[in-house]
Amino acid sequence: MTDTDVQNANADANVVAKKMTLIEAINLALADAMEADPKVVALGEEVADKQEGGVMGVTKGLSTRFGDDRVRSTPISEQAIIGAAIGASIGGYRPVAEIMLMNFVTVAMDMITNHAAKLRFMSGGQTNVPIVIRTMTGSGFSTGGQHSDYLEAWFAHTPGIKVVAPSNPDDAYGLMRSAIEDDDPVLFIEHLPSYWTPGPVSRQHVPIGKARVAREGNDVTLIGHSRAIGDGLAAAAILEKEGLSVEVIDLRTISPWDRETVIASVRKTGRALIVHEAVRQFGIGAEIAATIQEDLWGVLKAPVKRLGGAFSPVPFSKPLETAFVPSQDDIVATIRHLAAAG
Amino acid sequence: MSNYPKPDAATLLEIYKKATLIKQNDERVIRQMKAGKLVTPYYSPRGQEIIPSALSVSLDDDDYICTIYRGGHDMLAKGFPLDIMWAELAGRATGSCKGKGGPMHLTYPEKGIMVTTGIVGSSMPIATGLGWAAKMDGKNRVSIANFGDGASNIGAFHESLNLAALWKLPVIFLCQNNTYAEHTSMQDSTLIEQYSIRGASYGMPGVTVNGNDPDEMYGVAKVAIERARAGEGPTLIEAMTFRFNGHLVGEAGHYMDKDAYAKAQGVDPVPLLRQRLIDDGIASEDEIAAIEADIDRRITAAIEAADAAPFPDTTELKRDVFAHEIA
Ligand SMILES: Cc1ncc(C[n+]2csc(CCOP(=O)(O)OP(=O)(O)O)c2C)c(N)n1
Repeated sequence: MTDTDVQNANADANVVAKKMTLIEAINLALADAMEADPKVVALGEEVADKQEGGVMGVTKGLSTRFGDDRVRSTPISEQAIIGAAIGASIGGYRPVAEIMLMNFVTVAMDMITNHAAKLRFMSGGQTNVPIVIRTMTGSGFSTGGQHSDYLEAWFAHTPGIKVVAPSNPDDAYGLMRSAIEDDDPVLFIEHLPSYWTPGPVSRQHVPIGKARVAREGNDVTLIGHSRAIGDGLAAAAILEKEGLSVEVIDLRTISPWDRETVIASVRKTGRALIVHEAVRQFGIGAEIAATIQEDLWGVLKAPVKRLGGAFSPVPFSKPLETAFVPSQDDIVATIRHLAAAG
Repeated sequence: MSNYPKPDAATLLEIYKKATLIKQNDERVIRQMKAGKLVTPYYSPRGQEIIPSALSVSLDDDDYICTIYRGGHDMLAKGFPLDIMWAELAGRATGSCKGKGGPMHLTYPEKGIMVTTGIVGSSMPIATGLGWAAKMDGKNRVSIANFGDGASNIGAFHESLNLAALWKLPVIFLCQNNTYAEHTSMQDSTLIEQYSIRGASYGMPGVTVNGNDPDEMYGVAKVAIERARAGEGPTLIEAMTFRFNGHLVGEAGHYMDKDAYAKAQGVDPVPLLRQRLIDDGIASEDEIAAIEADIDRRITAAIEAADAAPFPDTTELKRDVFAHEIA
């Protein structure tokens, strides 16, 4: 949370008095959406209160409030969960399906990429799939190779599905409301390590496809989402003391990404660094870097830089796991290097 | 099968009309392909006509079906208009999917034809979701999932049957068992002799029928549909049949058992039903000939309209990817 954010949020009449965690913000967004539209339903493993409202408690209280018919716990059947969401959506509902952890989307990949993402196009616009697939991920809990992958690039590479990843509770609320109202399938990635970080929630919709300038600056642009924003803002604060002014752009939506905001910022600063937790190789940083290069060749003062996870499965051992993700120090060092060039 | 309802004379005639439309349409698709006038992968449903014909006479327009690449019969039986089907087969802008789906992805929600998939087994999870929507709507709609014997071995089958049974959804899982999955026989795919026994694993009725027999197919389908409409949950139907062409048109089917193949062709279900209608005095030879001639005319008109229709503009590449075009 930057000071500007807090001020903006506080200035809003709808601001929720207490700060909320990401979990509470998403829970509130789901509740508000279900209240606003009877066609919004939720399903997933353990999402109902009988099973304690999801492993992380994100859906807690919803089945008690809206009934077991609208908030349905399922067996461990990822294909059936996404298939049921798709079917219900083309039958007129707006399902929010939870995939317990992002790695488990692998089991439902056919339903997501061959069906949810393509039915609208293949039917010539006759059917669309207004579903939200909520999932969580992020390394830092020593869960090893099969429970912490950040896989946004797989989906950003798939036409027809939108990909959203909030970095703070206010955006999580607002993006969730927009995702549920969106007529396209939206993959909503919740960052596990940020789940318990509180922030104000203004209860406003956040448009999909629009980035946020999380901090203004003139020398270098840092572009990222989710975890990278907290780290990026901290790095920017350190660099400020050295007289370096860093602009931080929170993508919020990964696909379709906000090229305009990114390009405008890099046009101003002339230097860009993209940071993401996912493996760097073939990650979204490559797409953003290439676009900046294409659009701003001649304006750039230094080559565009990328920081991403190591090209390895997420390791178990703590020092390895920590080294896997780009650190705040890596960000600071790379920005210094960028600023020194040109 | 004696305790199942039987189709009356009018219903039998209706089944024949649907089956004949499917058969004649299939023959024309193949003729057009052989003449080089239609370029498409095509999975002929020839031989399987009775299954959807005898089922769909008990369905309403707003009942849902999901089907597969070999699903032209399911769609025509459910009411897919010929003209926009042919336009889609030919990749024209006037096709149901504006030429962007093709034969493997025909869609027509107006008649409840919600999804056609080229991915084996994927009709089932989505049809299950449509059944869930139908149940939430409280409108007694049913949802049909069509798939093949090969698809009965994919994980999605098991997940869908279990979920539909657990949630008591109005879904009919209709396995059209032509005993081959591409080139692989049922015997090379599973140790069980009937897929219908798997219904018991999920707590739903499972029944194997002769899908080529209109009485049996009609009766079993009607009972399953009524059960679904009454809120009693899903049924697994395994309809035994035979496909008369290879897996894909143009492929000779050398892997198929020659004797079984010859025997099946000897009991082609469509001419058999035709003869029965005449023998039982349900329709005269002339009346049937008139029905067939009319279907022929309609198909010819659909082909001519499709051939005359424009191809989609390349700007269609950007359209329908998302609900709103994205630069
Ligand atoms: C998931 C998947 N695996 C493999 C294929 C390739 N393939 C297409 S049709 C087919 C055979 C399916 O047989 P069956 O389910 O019995 O249906 P039928 O074609 O006999 O109607 C296969 C293996 C596919 N389309 N999807």
